[in-house]
Amino acid sequence: MLDSAMVELSRWQFAITAMYHFLFVPLTLGLSWMLVIMESVYVMTGRQIYKDMTKFWGKLFGINFALGVTTGLTMEFQFGTNWAYYSHYVGDVFGAPLAIEGLMAFFLESTFIGLFFLGWERLSKRQHLAVTFLVAVGSSLSAMWILIANGWMQHPVGSEFSFETMRMEMVSFSEVLFNPVAQVKFVHTVAAGYVTAAMFVAGISAYYMLKGRDLAFAKRSFSVAMGFGLASILSVILLGDESGYEVGDVQKVKLAAIEAEWHTEPAPAAFTAYGRPSNEDEETHDAIKIPWLMGLIATRSLNQEVTGLKDLMVEHEIRIRSGMIAYEYLQRLRNGQDTEGNRAMFKDHMDDLGYGLLLKAYIDNPAEATEEQIQMAVKDSIPEVAPLFWSFRVMVAAGFWMLLLFALGFYYNAKRQVQDKRWLLRAFLFSIPVPWIAAETGWFVAEFGRQPWAIGEVLPTSVAASSLAANDLLISLSAFIIFYTALFIIEMFLMFKFGRQGPSSLHTGKYHFETLEKQQAATTKPETDPSGAGAPSASAPANRHLGDGA
Amino acid sequence: MIIDYEVLKLIWWVLVGVLFIGFAVTDGMDMGVGTLLPFVGKGDDERRVIINTVGPHWDGNQVWLITAGGAIFAAWPLVYATAFSGFYFAMLLALFALFFRPVGFDYRSKIESKAWRNAWDWGLFIGGAVPALVFGIAFGNLLQGVPFHLDELLRPYYTGSFFGLLNPFALLAGLISLGMLTMHGAIWLQLRTSEPIASRAKDWAKIVGLGTIAAFALAGIWLTLGVDGFKVVSMPPLDATPNPLTKEVIVDPYGWLTNYRQYPWTLLFPILGFAGLGLAISLSMRDRAGLGLIMSGLGITGIIMTAGAAMFPFIMPSSSNPNSSLIAWDSTSSHLTLTVMFWAAVIFIPIILTYTTWTYVKMWRRITVEEIRAQDKLAY
Repeated sequence: MLDSAMVELSRWQFAITAMYHFLFVPLTLGLSWMLVIMESVYVMTGRQIYKDMTKFWGKLFGINFALGVTTGLTMEFQFGTNWAYYSHYVGDVFGAPLAIEGLMAFFLESTFIGLFFLGWERLSKRQHLAVTFLVAVGSSLSAMWILIANGWMQHPVGSEFSFETMRMEMVSFSEVLFNPVAQVKFVHTVAAGYVTAAMFVAGISAYYMLKGRDLAFAKRSFSVAMGFGLASILSVILLGDESGYEVGDVQKVKLAAIEAEWHTEPAPAAFTAYGRPSNEDEETHDAIKIPWLMGLIATRSLNQEVTGLKDLMVEHEIRIRSGMIAYEYLQRLRNGQDTEGNRAMFKDHMDDLGYGLLLKAYIDNPAEATEEQIQMAVKDSIPEVAPLFWSFRVMVAAGFWMLLLFALGFYYNAKRQVQDKRWLLRAFLFSIPVPWIAAETGWFVAEFGRQPWAIGEVLPTSVAASSLAANDLLISLSAFIIFYTALFIIEMFLMFKFGRQGPSSLHTGKYHFETLEKQQAATTKPETDPSGAGAPSASAPANRHLGDGA
Repeated sequence: MIIDYEVLKLIWWVLVGVLFIGFAVTDGMDMGVGTLLPFVGKGDDERRVIINTVGPHWDGNQVWLITAGGAIFAAWPLVYATAFSGFYFAMLLALFALFFRPVGFDYRSKIESKAWRNAWDWGLFIGGAVPALVFGIAFGNLLQGVPFHLDELLRPYYTGSFFGLLNPFALLAGLISLGMLTMHGAIWLQLRTSEPIASRAKDWAKIVGLGTIAAFALAGIWLTLGVDGFKVVSMPPLDATPNPLTKEVIVDPYGWLTNYRQYPWTLLFPILGFAGLGLAISLSMRDRAGLGLIMSGLGITGIIMTAGAAMFPFIMPSSSNPNSSLIAWDSTSSHLTLTVMFWAAVIFIPIILTYTTWTYVKMWRRITVEEIRAQDKLAY
């Protein structure tokens, strides 16, 4: 039995570091492709402003990317440092996509990112565009491999437990590769990243338009964001993660938890718009239901039912009891009683071994669990419902809010009126955090909804952790929080600084603050205006076409 | 094509070695540059020259480390689990030090403040020197055996302490690692910077290089006379299903010399270590830094192979329960996983080497202070 406080702290550490890492990933995923679009226009038309756009948004991309790399390192170390038994138990399957991610994606992305920033003077136009393109390909490929790994955690296909090596082993690489859960996850997550970047570019461009500066630059950036963003948000919503909820028990539990559906309802199920789910009472208080809607969202059909949590728990209890038998025979086999009868019995119950391991939270030898311990394990077999219920609703609301924004933005942008719709520009500016909220809540639903499993139905989180002491975790978790907070402050400081400066930070001499300086130098020669140097003002539309030069 | 399991087990021992050597020769170089940064660069312009020699490459280089970690996870899951959780605080120390690199490189020159830039320079120093030291210390501990055991369900338990890792022999190994990477970085700087930085780097290469050779020799003597090795007495066939609890291992004072006695050609590795470093110093002094860089790379390869060949087939011997030791034959993944990963490596490593070479060729030049001034806002 592992120290439960240590397991709990390990979970907190993983959650904090993973969600922190995921603050930087989506923007990298999307912005890399937007840079490709901008630079392609530059290479095709030769218009300087598109090169400036690539460089400026690339600067912000770099500030974000640096922290993505930093925090990504933690993720690779952490499986080994904090989830040692997990690493042993599933490394045979889970490690492969991770290693291939390194070989195929990280190398590509990281080798060319340096040339993206520092190679402008040393590469031809086409070579530089190719470099930008390879960075984008690399980052999306890396998302693919990590989501294949994650998809396997949700729905472990293509593998089998081996009692001789005491671990899961791969039996079909192609099944792991083409895991249906991984497929939908990839599309959904990558598209969400594209949305994030589109909102980021749109929001900051809206700020320049509101301030009335660098309009040519801002409008072009905004246009790129609208096309890219609308297509992406439609993909995110239409190709939502839900389609992956049909396979595997973990996904079924997650779906029922998201909907706080305790009892199986006849199809098509109602959608609970509001309610207070309680794991204690196993019901949802004060529920307000919208008929039919959930059946449509969850199963995309009117006649497929969504199994309720209580019914799933009944199934889990059966499997826990079967898992106890599996554990009993596993012990015999590992103790050298490798008879045909023991093998046959183990094989019959092997698929439930993971359920038996749920008892490890309460007793060292699950085969000897008491009735009370079995009931506790059954309760543990579903995640806490309320946080999932609410996170999912926040994510969906954020998604539809962004759909509305992109639709309006696209429409007015196409009509060339967006600059006058100040309410819309403001909405874009203040909605910059929205895609992050959606991404974080979405990630939370996916991962917290997988509990109590580290690997769905195979390895409980409570067994997966390293054999460390709670004190070790207190020290490391504190260190992460201190470091990450400091890094976040530094990152935001730079983002705001360069975001506010806008393309003037490229020092081409063509943009707002620099032209402002020149004008002031020309007009107010004798008197120096102490406030004029850097203050942004809405009264300087003079440089409207300056960005178009060359 | 089906490759025999025992052959694949051996190939993966070699491939993990290749990834580590790739890491040491590429990323080790920019870690060495980071280590030298505050000492070799006087003033902001010079420091920017130094940083920009590795600016376009450090991130790609670092992927050798990430991929080596991923490959250990996939090919030797139990080693990954035992080493990373056992060396918990040492690993976190290396990790936190590595944090300084991505942000250090990208953020340093974005703000024109002396204090800001100076702080990041020391950050880059930490990000270079600390991991180099920690990885060496980890190797030093592997050579002495690590106090851990496995229970019947193969859960690893580490019974040592963080400070136990910092023993004299391990610290010496740490210094060798730091020394060889610093020398490598110094020769790189000699090759890629203009005067007076290049001359200063040359002096560093000589001093650090000679120190590393001395430390490497001392470690060899110490290992022979004062560090117990391990020896496998009995184990299942090489192609057996991996199970680290089925063999018998004993402590053998000369265990680490067994391979050198049995296969005298392996003595080429320590010779390569000494000769590579020695030639690197001599070439560097004669201003032939290009060839010198190749030689220091070979020297590093020799040093890593020396440790690897001494220990083979051991990866992580256990000092407290030798039978729990992890060796290349019984700590690997399944036949299928090793096969899949083998093909992934065969396909991608040549591709990676090709485009990495292209990026070095494209960015190749001697960087001057004048160039940095001219590209004030573009360079790192």
